[in-house]
Amino acid sequence: MDFALAFAQAITKGLLTGMVYGLMALGLSVIFGVMRVVNFAHGEIMVVGMYLAWLGFELAGVSPLVSLPAIALLFFAAGYALQAGLITPFINRPEHQQFLLLLAIAILLVNVCLVLAGPDARGVQSEAMFDSYAIGPLVLDAVRVHAALAAIAIAGLLWAFFTRTRTGKSIRAAADNHMSALVVGLDVRRLYAFTFGVGSACVGAAGALMITIVPVNPFLAAEYTLLAFVIVIVGGLGSMTGALLGGLLIGVSEAVAGLLLQPSLKSMFSFGLLILVLLLRPQGLFGGKAGT
Amino acid sequence: MTIRHPTRRDLSRATLAGAALVGAPAILTSGVARAQSGPLKVALILPTSGVQAQLGIACRRGADVANDVFAAMKIEGRVEITTYDTESKPDVARTQAEKAVAAGAHILCGAFDSGQTIAIAQVAEQRGIPFIVNIAAAPQITEQGYKWVVRNFPTAPMLITSGLTLHKELFRVTGKTPKTAVLMSVNDTFGTAMVNGIKALFPKLEMPYELLDIITYDPAAKDLSVEVAKAKATKAELLMPVSRLNDAKLLVQELVKQRWEPMGVMNPGAPGLYEQDFLKTMGKFGEFHISNVPWLNPKSPMTQALEKAHAEKYPNDQLDLNGGFTFEAMLVAINALNRARSTHANALMEALRRTKIDQHVMVGGAIEFDAKGQNVNIRSACVQNLKRKPTVVLPADSAAAAPIFPMPGWNDRRRG
Repeated sequence: MDFALAFAQAITKGLLTGMVYGLMALGLSVIFGVMRVVNFAHGEIMVVGMYLAWLGFELAGVSPLVSLPAIALLFFAAGYALQAGLITPFINRPEHQQFLLLLAIAILLVNVCLVLAGPDARGVQSEAMFDSYAIGPLVLDAVRVHAALAAIAIAGLLWAFFTRTRTGKSIRAAADNHMSALVVGLDVRRLYAFTFGVGSACVGAAGALMITIVPVNPFLAAEYTLLAFVIVIVGGLGSMTGALLGGLLIGVSEAVAGLLLQPSLKSMFSFGLLILVLLLRPQGLFGGKAGT
Repeated sequence: MTIRHPTRRDLSRATLAGAALVGAPAILTSGVARAQSGPLKVALILPTSGVQAQLGIACRRGADVANDVFAAMKIEGRVEITTYDTESKPDVARTQAEKAVAAGAHILCGAFDSGQTIAIAQVAEQRGIPFIVNIAAAPQITEQGYKWVVRNFPTAPMLITSGLTLHKELFRVTGKTPKTAVLMSVNDTFGTAMVNGIKALFPKLEMPYELLDIITYDPAAKDLSVEVAKAKATKAELLMPVSRLNDAKLLVQELVKQRWEPMGVMNPGAPGLYEQDFLKTMGKFGEFHISNVPWLNPKSPMTQALEKAHAEKYPNDQLDLNGGFTFEAMLVAINALNRARSTHANALMEALRRTKIDQHVMVGGAIEFDAKGQNVNIRSACVQNLKRKPTVVLPADSAAAAPIFPMPGWNDRRRG
């Protein structure tokens, strides 16, 4: 009974954290799915989002959940400008050049964080951080519940944007067939910038949610980039559903592995999952056929 | 008048005399340098950034006021301290130790963490520079036959023996004894030494509770929810954490969130629970936790001088064992210099080996080192967080308050 409860607790915790992971990976998946650009600065952008939310809390006492919309808007603008000004010239260049550009941006962002905030862990500490909800014997971390609900809401908004709005449909059209999009007169460059903005807003929002769960330091960035890659590869590169479900899968696998094995070994489980997926279904669990 | 032409022998004599004349000042200068006892250059190597930053900074504060305390206590000489940051990493600690030696440090001091301390000890041995360990408990530091290392801090077995003995004393005094316990520990060098020590000493010490599980985790962990859920599932009545600072905060946060209410959170001799930042950020949830660690002796005049100097220089910061032991490291260094009358490494090391300091700041007997370089006279105290301050509650003769055990529940504190 005690173990069953601990197991249920671990699954719930994994699902809640996995939703934030999913939102983080969604940004990476959207950018790759539309532009075929792999954002190697993804974790770094997320860490900047975490720092901004932390700063809002420290300077003005604003909860990260409240500052989230402003951070997402800011990241949208920054992502749009980054794509329009810096990444567009690299779109048709070889992949290794794109890789070097985004790696340079990543290094720059980490070092700016290091210079401005120092290497120490910064977390949001308030009374609310100690709250929890009880459903029968199951105890849910209030902060994780709020973060997961916010992540679901943002993913829902994103889905509505891509399926219900004209811009969203245009982006999908450009992703499906770049040449046809140009032929019918879509401004593909603007759509790409918009997509990078949306992807950045997603990861900025995920950063604002993540700071409520874990403290931030600049060196977390590489870990999150890696995690996002694991999630989108497991879920299927370019698939929004895959990113969300991949996030849940990784969140749950880490939590359960922590419970069943040594907690220190929990990351090993997600990398094991990655190797299995690469061997058995290289296009990812929810991706289309490889190469299509 | 005849002119005598110099022979080859005359030339050789003149060359020797000239060389002696030119070389004499250099030899004299060297001799003076070795005999003088000017400021002692101490390289203080600490984790002042990274995961252990706040603990390293707390250590540094103790050293920063050392010269003021020496002046107040009329101790001759002064230390010239240069701080080197290990970034909380053993490999950086090693590089910084090399850098300190190259910069002409007379003595190395540090490093709060066992892994980093071992890295520095290796440099000290290779380069023949005395190394005073301020804080680090891994037994191997003084068990490997190092000739240039002295440690004024208990080993893990010393910490555990004192800590667990104090557990029994606390249960006796309060009349409440838990039947089961779970140990949660960081998996770094210190944590591993503590876990191994507890496993070895637990049966010998005849503890009144059963140890149900040992759960280890990364000291840089960002989230301890799974670890705490696992510990909670054991239904243990006592939680024994071997933690650092950040993980101690995460741990208590998870205890509250997961509504697990053991009789107490009581470490067997580890940092984390008494730290200023822990008390500040945990607020009322940081109260009543117990650390069984070496602590400042409030009755010592030198402790009072240290507390005064510390309060003047750092009015917003708490003086704890980190500052206390690091101050004592400076005291040991200056004491060695005053007896050696030389900054030469061999003379300083010889003086360190013969150290005997009766008046110092931490609880315990005189500071003196055994053949392995270990001070075996250090004792622990039972320190409970009461009114947002670490307070000695045991042993009774140095207690400032009575212990509270079992601790009040989390909901009682929310209402409080």
